[in-house]
Amino acid sequence: MTSLTILRVVAKLLVPLILLFALYVQFHGDYGPGGGFQAGVIFGAGFILYGLIFGLEAVRRVVRRRLTEILIALGVLIYAGTGVATMLWGGNFLEYAAFNEHHPSHGQHIGILVIELGVGMTVAAVIISIFFTFAGRDRTP
Amino acid sequence: MRQLWAAVMLMGIYSFLGASWMLILDAPDVAFTEAAVGAGISTFLALAALALTTRKAKGPVHRPLLPLAVVLITGAALAYGTLDMPHFGDPNAPAQRYPEPSYIERTESEIEVPNVVTAVLASYRGYDTLGETVVIFTAGLGVLLLLGRGRYRRRKKEGEGPREISEIDGGGHV
Repeated sequence: MTSLTILRVVAKLLVPLILLFALYVQFHGDYGPGGGFQAGVIFGAGFILYGLIFGLEAVRRVVRRRLTEILIALGVLIYAGTGVATMLWGGNFLEYAAFNEHHPSHGQHIGILVIELGVGMTVAAVIISIFFTFAGRDRTP
Repeated sequence: MRQLWAAVMLMGIYSFLGASWMLILDAPDVAFTEAAVGAGISTFLALAALALTTRKAKGPVHRPLLPLAVVLITGAALAYGTLDMPHFGDPNAPAQRYPEPSYIERTESEIEVPNVVTAVLASYRGYDTLGETVVIFTAGLGVLLLLGRGRYRRRKKEGEGPREISEIDGGGHV
């Protein structure tokens, strides 16, 4: 852990860029390649890189275990909740066009943005959570 | 190859090659996923498994002839299967004709999103994507339920921190 100067410096430079790129992939999914799943995976990979270089405790200080557990469920709830919301707005389940009567495509934009957010949330939280679980285990005797 | 660490690294390199191949095929989103999941997260998970078990594979229990025969027969069957596949870039290939091209035509007026892949995944096939998200949710839940509890108990009993993943290195000296 002491002599990893180059790795530490490179990781410190790269991690913010990886997270920024993940956010770009997340919110620019309508226009460019990518979407919630890719963004979540890249976001999780950024945290894993940080954890590999700086140790598990350092990541734990940034992301609490409890937070990942909540985000895993919250992402799915946001997705399914969007479907319920479209029903309340008078459409079918996950028919985003119902969000905006006059401009159905605007409703589609809102729906896609929100469900991609849910997907990204769940994927990133699951990956960080699996990282915590695997990296935190001791060698079994 | 008995050195599992080298095997894991080769797997990561293979995934990176797969990602570049997807990029050549104009599928950058698949390439993202392959690079991040295949090369990044799978490699990490395999390394974590090595840290928990051992870094050397045991010797084979039977002679290499049977595995060789299985691999050759499977490989020959797969190669034979490619003979039926349409040529690369064939406009009449099933992959180009189904699901209907009308999705591509309709996306422009119905959803007004330049990325048709996003439109299909998130809107036209919203149910499927919801199902996939639930699958990932279930995977995370399974890992937490199967592996999450034991760690707390063991740490509380011994009162020591978890093993650092960065202790794993290729040199064989931990």
